[in-house]
Amino acid sequence: MKRLLDPDSLRAQARGCAVLGAGGGGDPYLGLLQALQATEDYGPVPLVDIEELPGDSLIMPCGGIGAPTVSIEKIENGDEGGRLREHLEFVTGGQVAALMAAEIGGSNGLLPVAWAARMGLPLVDADGMGRAFPEVPQVTMHLAGISPSPAVMTDERGNLIVFRAISGHWMERLERAAAVEFGGAASSTEFSLTAAQARTATVRNSVSLAIRIGEAVAHAEGSPVAALMAEIGAFRLLTGKVSDVERHTTSGFVRGSVVVEGLGDDAGRLLRLELQNENLVALERGRVLASVPDLISVLDSETADAIVTERIAYGQRVTVIAFPCDPVWRTARGIEVAGPRAFGYEFDYLPVEERAGARA
Amino acid sequence: MPAPDCRLGIDVGGTNTDAVIIDAADRVIAKAKVPCTPDITGGIMAAIDTVLKAPGVEPRRITHVMLGTTHATNAVLERRKLRRVAVVRLGGPATHSIRPMFEWPKDLAAAVSVGAEIVDGGIEFDGRDLSPLDTDALARFLGRVGGSAQGVVITSVFAPVSARQEFQAAEIVKRELGDVHISLSHEVGSLGLLERENATILNGALAGVAYDVADAMRHALAAHHLQPAMFFAQNDGTLMGLDHVLRYPVLTIGSGPANSVRGAAFLTNTADSLVVDVGGTSTDVGVLVNGFPRESSRGVEIGGVRTNFRMPDLVTIALGGGTEVSRNHSGVQIGPHSVGYLLQRDALVFGGKVPTLTDGAVATGRASLGDPRLASSHRALLTEAVAQADVMLSDAIDRMKTAKGDRALIAVGGGSILVPDRIPGVSEVIRPEHFDAANAIGAAIASVSGQVDRIFHLGPGGRQAALDEACEEARERAVAAGADPRTVDIVEREEIPLAYLTNPAIRVRAKAAGALGGLPEHQLEANLSRQARLAGPAEQAAESP
Repeated sequence: MKRLLDPDSLRAQARGCAVLGAGGGGDPYLGLLQALQATEDYGPVPLVDIEELPGDSLIMPCGGIGAPTVSIEKIENGDEGGRLREHLEFVTGGQVAALMAAEIGGSNGLLPVAWAARMGLPLVDADGMGRAFPEVPQVTMHLAGISPSPAVMTDERGNLIVFRAISGHWMERLERAAAVEFGGAASSTEFSLTAAQARTATVRNSVSLAIRIGEAVAHAEGSPVAALMAEIGAFRLLTGKVSDVERHTTSGFVRGSVVVEGLGDDAGRLLRLELQNENLVALERGRVLASVPDLISVLDSETADAIVTERIAYGQRVTVIAFPCDPVWRTARGIEVAGPRAFGYEFDYLPVEERAGARA
Repeated sequence: MPAPDCRLGIDVGGTNTDAVIIDAADRVIAKAKVPCTPDITGGIMAAIDTVLKAPGVEPRRITHVMLGTTHATNAVLERRKLRRVAVVRLGGPATHSIRPMFEWPKDLAAAVSVGAEIVDGGIEFDGRDLSPLDTDALARFLGRVGGSAQGVVITSVFAPVSARQEFQAAEIVKRELGDVHISLSHEVGSLGLLERENATILNGALAGVAYDVADAMRHALAAHHLQPAMFFAQNDGTLMGLDHVLRYPVLTIGSGPANSVRGAAFLTNTADSLVVDVGGTSTDVGVLVNGFPRESSRGVEIGGVRTNFRMPDLVTIALGGGTEVSRNHSGVQIGPHSVGYLLQRDALVFGGKVPTLTDGAVATGRASLGDPRLASSHRALLTEAVAQADVMLSDAIDRMKTAKGDRALIAVGGGSILVPDRIPGVSEVIRPEHFDAANAIGAAIASVSGQVDRIFHLGPGGRQAALDEACEEARERAVAAGADPRTVDIVEREEIPLAYLTNPAIRVRAKAAGALGGLPEHQLEANLSRQARLAGPAEQAAESP
């Protein structure tokens, strides 16, 4: 079914992208405004299922890379996506048929919509994470063995670099360094792939999931949080109040922890969230309730708005939820790339259904 | 330089205008409460007249006057008396993907803007130029719109890192348009381009409103042959001078609640507490931390426009002394309507016909006002309403608590007779003397502050050097705003590490505040003669290396 990403669905999608960001990916507000302006100027973007594209069609995964603090000042020009496409086509000899969000979580879930509108291209109803992750190779295309090269990175001025790296890890190192030189943030594409590859190498239907999440909240009859949880089959870990926030930075990433003190039915309980840009682990009395790669989101208890890690503050009334990641992240390779040990934790991954589900 | 003697504090609220006079020993020697008038100035004049005539007041001893008002907010909400400004963003070729005022309500954008342009320019997060400023493009834009602009608003990408391009652009504006009101974003807001730009545009639009209020005050005082130094309360509960408010009126937009919290602190001599301010129509619950209101972590929307002002963190509920109560199919309906300033006419205990929460307070023995017998026929309704209001209030108070355990609550505002003595989670309810004028007192006793919020790149001195630099800059700004240098202290300091950058950088927010210093009289005269149309900023913000 073809669907047009009009302003209403973009607003719903932005809410959903915030939830799927699991605390990371940056506030979707700026991505939303870019998508709204581009849609107003160039018309709405068609959302297509991968099955609708011929198998040899070239799909360009794309988004922003860099520091969220930079993105809130140095907003994109708008023509970055067009330049990425032009050079990707030049170096691959192919023709880009559709764009795809490399990362559905946060602002990056919407940025490709703005670019697609300007190019008159459709957006694929899929992404490379089903959530947000901090590093370039933490995508499903990487798990599927697709090469991150050739990658293209550009800035708002028109500077452009084509990367060919020997591994995802090297791509992360090189792109991160270049992004700093560009002024702390840039736009990029990696892991370009064909529609045939995308059928198995991406998280499918994640754009429509984001829209469904937003619509469930907008049309909730009772509690928006309950409506949201029902829509995605989430587990409620705790409802309470943020009682402690601690953040520090190590090797370029913000790490820290948040303590949520239970209220109402949860009075007397304490939940501790460990963060590294995203919410990585939820603990209660040393027991893991949920962990990466499953998604942990902190919602405003009243509005169900997802709160990104940099905006969590003392006293906020929140409901912490967790829900299953895409199954591909639960494979041995997925856990190796994005499981607890990939983030420096000394415990094994267990699905949220088994951890939190046991008490729900 | 005369030392401060008596201070006149004024607060213009939604229902009443309050005035107090405080002497050099910080004693309240007179207070007055008069109904607001639609044009604000009438209420200010009446309050000043009333308080100056109070027994024991020697008007000539008034050296300082401080005003707090939510008038600027109302001007935006009602689109009244707003100036039309030319909007300049220095950021091209970046930022074109979101135009200035893209998400504004269309009517407000039309009321405020004569045109907006993104010219090449701006700063990178590390202080380099994003692009050199395109001075020709700026001059061409000003040539197009200059004839109709009553002000110019300039916002540079990463102005909080370096304001040099904003100053450079301001020079061009002066060259092209002469003496026109100029708003520079680095003086108004913090990081977040769109929110800071929005706030700066509102600032330019409010310049006329600020002038009107200042002028009304000056006239009211001149009628009593007074020429005190004038100060205005800002969002964080501290003061800025007349000079600053005429340039940066938008910074007063959240001053009302901040003054109440500061007044409550002063009246009870506490630095950390919960504060509830019950007015005629609504109740604010805030938190006092180190003698200042706790600030909200999120920016606020003003008239549908997203800004990044740090405002007092409040829970506001529609509950006040004038709140109407009635019965509906499922029980008791509380508000949101209020009889407001007509309480003395409409409430049951005053012989009116509308059951209000004030009647409830009388019926339940919390207050003795008017004639309690007039409320007796509604006793069941009123008792039920008060019980329900207590639940609303204790829920709002609980939402503001950040830690377990009971805390003290200071109850202020004319409607605080509604607040019960026992509230779950509250150790004691403190009801200070002069509780009904806490807001005006908060304005009168406020200190003067300076703030810094910008990104620092860590050099050889590391974090500590960056923090020291920020604190020093905040101190300098406080002194420039009128604080006595001997009393300036750092009252707030926060560091936020930046993610995803390989070279270390931190964002530092620092605030310094100090007691009011005496202002030389000639400066006041100079301020007033320059009031209507102001040149660019007088002092330069420190540049990052």
